[in-house]
Amino acid sequence: MILSGNPPRGKLLTALLVLVVVVLALAPFLFPGSKPANVAAKICVFALLVASYDLLLGYAGIVSFAHTMFFGIGAYGIAITLYALGPSWGAILLGLGAAILVAALFALAIGLFSLRVQTIFFAMVTLAVASAFAVLASQLSWLTGGEDGRTFRVPEMLRPGFRLIENGPFGITISGRTLSYYLVFCSVVVLFLVMLRIVESPFGRVLQAIRENPFRAEALGYRIIYHRTLANVLAAVFAACAGALNALWLRYTGPDTSLSFNIMIDILLIVVIGGMGTLYGAIIGAALFVLAENYLQTLMGAAFGALNASGAGFVANFFNPDRWLLWLGILFILSVYFFPTGIVGKLRAEPKS
Amino acid sequence: MTDALLTLSGVHTHIGRYHILHGVDLAVPKGRTTMLLGRNGAGKTTTLRTIMGLWPASQGSIHFDGAQIDKAATPDIATSGVAYVPETMAIFSDLTVKENLVLAARAGAPDEKRLEWIFGFFPALKKFWLSRAGTLSGGQKQMLSIARAIVEERKLLLIDEPTKGLAPAIVSALIECLREIARSGATILLVEQNFRVAQDVGDLVHVMDSGRIVHSGAMADLAVDESLQKRLLGLSLDSHQ
Repeated sequence: MILSGNPPRGKLLTALLVLVVVVLALAPFLFPGSKPANVAAKICVFALLVASYDLLLGYAGIVSFAHTMFFGIGAYGIAITLYALGPSWGAILLGLGAAILVAALFALAIGLFSLRVQTIFFAMVTLAVASAFAVLASQLSWLTGGEDGRTFRVPEMLRPGFRLIENGPFGITISGRTLSYYLVFCSVVVLFLVMLRIVESPFGRVLQAIRENPFRAEALGYRIIYHRTLANVLAAVFAACAGALNALWLRYTGPDTSLSFNIMIDILLIVVIGGMGTLYGAIIGAALFVLAENYLQTLMGAAFGALNASGAGFVANFFNPDRWLLWLGILFILSVYFFPTGIVGKLRAEPKS
Repeated sequence: MTDALLTLSGVHTHIGRYHILHGVDLAVPKGRTTMLLGRNGAGKTTTLRTIMGLWPASQGSIHFDGAQIDKAATPDIATSGVAYVPETMAIFSDLTVKENLVLAARAGAPDEKRLEWIFGFFPALKKFWLSRAGTLSGGQKQMLSIARAIVEERKLLLIDEPTKGLAPAIVSALIECLREIARSGATILLVEQNFRVAQDVGDLVHVMDSGRIVHSGAMADLAVDESLQKRLLGLSLDSHQ
């Protein structure tokens, strides 16, 4: 935030962001166990993925449905190279590099061919390309593992059995899983700061100007196609990085975890809940969404049990854990109703004169 | 006109199936303020937008500073030295006043001395330097819109109805600003409905009607010829003084 020159503005928002980041930074020690680690890693990955989408939608005003495709390219880049070349850091770098290159080229091609058309047509083009890519990934089973996906091994240091420190001070154990988590967390922090820097740069300002009034931006001398295409490429590269980190964490890549349209819906929900055109909204939105997705059912189960035990059977039925998706939907509707500009949009103060 | 910075020769413009400009011929001499007057719907805004390439000319030619620009893209026309202030005060409301001006300064950060010169006309911009442009009043937005066009020295300023909907006190400040800009040697093509403003700042005048130039001459001559005003613009000088 200090590096980017774009502070969150607003005490409550700053406190919330600090809380989320600190909890994520200490998650392996605060909440031991595989489920909390999975939840924390997913928050990190989604914060990066949604921030990259916010760069596209919130700053450049481009509606794309191909973001999951770039996420998938990153995930498959890692999976294919680690599966084919064996578990080495070289394979990870090669896979990441190849994924970034492929994602950038795809985004460049889509941008150059489609960004001249109106927003809705561009969205349709990206939807078609993403669907075709998902089918292709399923069909090329010799390369991608088809519907089963690819399970692969990661370098020794990142495996669960690896121990960097065992029973250290305060009984702390740092395993390969902990290192994997910090690889994800630190990469996300660095990439997020880079994105903040980008949106606060003159390029970011031009993107905002184009989103608001493309003709006026042109009349000032800025080429819309050039800026929009570059934004598309940058967003694709960051999404590919998020996909690669997700694959490294899961040690598996398949259509469901990296190319599913459900991921695209999650991205859209998170960006709306968090707040568009803020980047910080991605962190808050991802944290709330992933936590609700993973713990709402458990919370409802506890409430259901407690109400049943107290004899309030009728009321307890509302909290039946089987209805958790209904409540998740209601929560989303309420959050959009009360925070139309997203949580960050609502909490963010106007800059001081 | 030999010292013309901008010339339009037989320019026609179509917007969809509508034929708006019917062979516009006009010249804007260097270092002068040229007024483009006419009733609503005469084609004044279309003329400015055609010069900027926002609505390309379907026929005819436009020359600016020795180069033909009627086939050029809008960003190229802008970077060749034409600044455009549209009538809709098209500022970027999500950006701050500072960011709006920085965006318009294509050569890098705005020059401090020039900024102070601009703040001399529009002190409100200094006051709200870090405020979002969307929170400014209508008059302040218009000031920002003009400030953005003059934040760097441009060869030609195209300004579309800068006084539209503004309070009289702000109009007076704007007239003073336009005069000062003109005194600095700028070339201006100004569309204006307010005849008093046109009279105060214009050196030359072109009057449009139904997509054609129907009168060209010195602004001072039109200002004293009430019958010509009535005939061309349908207005009485007395009612605008």
